[in-house]
Amino acid sequence: MGFLGVAIPEQFGGAGAGHLELCVIAEEMGRALAPVPFSSTVYLAAEAILIAGSDAQKQKWLPKIASGDAIGTLALFEGKGNPSPKAVKVTANGGVLNGVKKPVPDGAIADFAVVAARTGSSGRESDISLFIVDLKAGGVEVKSLTNIDLTRGQAEITFKDAKAEPLGATGEGWSVITQVLDRAAVLTAFEQVGGADRALEMGRDYALDRIAFGRPIGSFQAVKHMLADMYVSATLARSNCYYGAWALSTNAGELPEAAAAARISATQAFQHCAKNNIQVHGGMGFTWEFDCHMYYRRANAVALGLGSLSYWEDALIDRMRKKNAA
Amino acid sequence: MNFDDTPQEAAFRAEAKAWIAANAPKQYEDELRKASLGRVALQGANILEVAKAWQKKKADAGWACLHWPKEYGGRGASPIERVIWQQEEGPFGRLSSMFIIGHGMCGPTMMAFAGEEQKRKYLPPLASGEKVWCQLFSEPAGGSDVAGLRTRAEKNGDEWVINGQKIWTSGAHYSDYGILLTRTDPTVAKHKGLTMFFLDMKSPGVEVRPIKQASGASDFNEVYFTDVRIPDSQRLGNVNDGWNVSLTTLMNERMSIGAGVATGFPELFDFCNSLILDDGPAIENRAVRSKLANWAVKASGLKYTSMRAISALSRGERPGPENSIGKLVAGSMIQDVATYALDLQGAAGA
Repeated sequence: MGFLGVAIPEQFGGAGAGHLELCVIAEEMGRALAPVPFSSTVYLAAEAILIAGSDAQKQKWLPKIASGDAIGTLALFEGKGNPSPKAVKVTANGGVLNGVKKPVPDGAIADFAVVAARTGSSGRESDISLFIVDLKAGGVEVKSLTNIDLTRGQAEITFKDAKAEPLGATGEGWSVITQVLDRAAVLTAFEQVGGADRALEMGRDYALDRIAFGRPIGSFQAVKHMLADMYVSATLARSNCYYGAWALSTNAGELPEAAAAARISATQAFQHCAKNNIQVHGGMGFTWEFDCHMYYRRANAVALGLGSLSYWEDALIDRMRKKNAA
Repeated sequence: MNFDDTPQEAAFRAEAKAWIAANAPKQYEDELRKASLGRVALQGANILEVAKAWQKKKADAGWACLHWPKEYGGRGASPIERVIWQQEEGPFGRLSSMFIIGHGMCGPTMMAFAGEEQKRKYLPPLASGEKVWCQLFSEPAGGSDVAGLRTRAEKNGDEWVINGQKIWTSGAHYSDYGILLTRTDPTVAKHKGLTMFFLDMKSPGVEVRPIKQASGASDFNEVYFTDVRIPDSQRLGNVNDGWNVSLTTLMNERMSIGAGVATGFPELFDFCNSLILDDGPAIENRAVRSKLANWAVKASGLKYTSMRAISALSRGERPGPENSIGKLVAGSMIQDVATYALDLQGAAGA
């Protein structure tokens, strides 16, 4: 279908459509809870290469991503905490990496990773640089981690003198990471809105179908209000996402603020809808056989992957202040 | 959805901006800007007079109710142009608050159901603010249950005789006309026996009593009808079809109240930017930032939801139930925001 390469230019094997189209696909991925390494490969690895890659790197990796021959990911986190240059301890010296990254999304099945590593010790953002590492080569140990979301894996990756190729200029890594996170925030927000919508539909369908006290439970005001509140949060999130999609697809200066707003709004909406969907389903809501828990798991895991809610709240206020001061 | 102006939209914006810069009542700008969270009032000036003067000036230059057809006092503008105008009008738009019922609800209802001659007679002075309109639906015995209303209209020759009481009528105390929903058949199911009229609020037998609110102001009224006579020619829609007519009004109410509704967020954000707490600037406090971020995304979500509604409208779709979100969310949010602004000040907040 060409989904993987929808936002990759034609010269690099993609469809050359754009990010607006990618947002549409992201929403459907989220609605279906697709258990595929799409977000890691497309929103993170491909975006990092599109932003910072040399022509040769784009030629090497993007066609393979577009065709589905290569799975990529971003290895950023090193244990607890939110995205921060200070948290990056993995070192890059003489073309090799040393250290441990976790959690790495889809790390156990990825062919390559874009890795944030330390190339300086000034205590500034410019200490961080990016590298591409072939995860199938020597010096790389990969271990699967258990995680809340059963549909998408997380891994711990240990680098021991692993060969690494610089991606972008030395010291520019954090600036690229920030851009990648903003873009991924919008795309992931569409996945979240898709998931929120699906959870709302599931709740609505069950409320119309399930009979208690001689009438559909959807006729009780307590259930109606719950569903109305789900609709409200999903709708507000969708509106914030549309603004984010506009900013992303036109590369507008508003993107950082729009991305943070979309991320917060969609994270809250998906968590809220997935939680209330379980409540509407009553006892069946927490059984293994119903899909409610799959959405609940995804909602809570995807809320953390690009940095938690508090990280994005902080980012939004910083960005609004900057705009106000300007 | 696109958030950039097209070249035509940019030209329209420039024209609006230039006209406002040359004509707006600048002396009230600061007061109006600060008035957004509470009631609009001006020191040493009658707000109604200032509002009417500004509205008339706009109407004479073709900037009043600009999405209405030209023959009814508008300029046939697109929904997007209307939004651009509202953005440019900024704080001066707050002077329109006493016309919102007339422009947002009575006008569209008249446009849909009045005769051509009546529309040409009544709509232009409504657009220009020379005549103010109110909407008489709610009653003491049925606020949310509008269809349960009891005000009677009985046919007598070419006239109808009205007896009963309305309540929560915004602006009735300064209105010239009103649209009135009555019961014409008490023997059928409650939605089926209603009929809509418009009337002169100065008609004999109409008594308006303002309600004093918690704020001390009076925006709403009780309105009593004692043998008030309305000509049959002022009926809107068919006899006993008033429920359908009122749905047109109420859908437009949701749009006009929901779109661009005040949340208090911009004011709270400004306040936190200048407030110093015990441990430093409020805006750098983690707990404050978290609260602000949560309200920020609600406010932006509401803004873009109303923009989506306007986009849908400009594609020819009708306003739907999603427009209730504005009132639902903003209504309780503005209370929470105000409570938090007080809380941040400790005892001094009282």
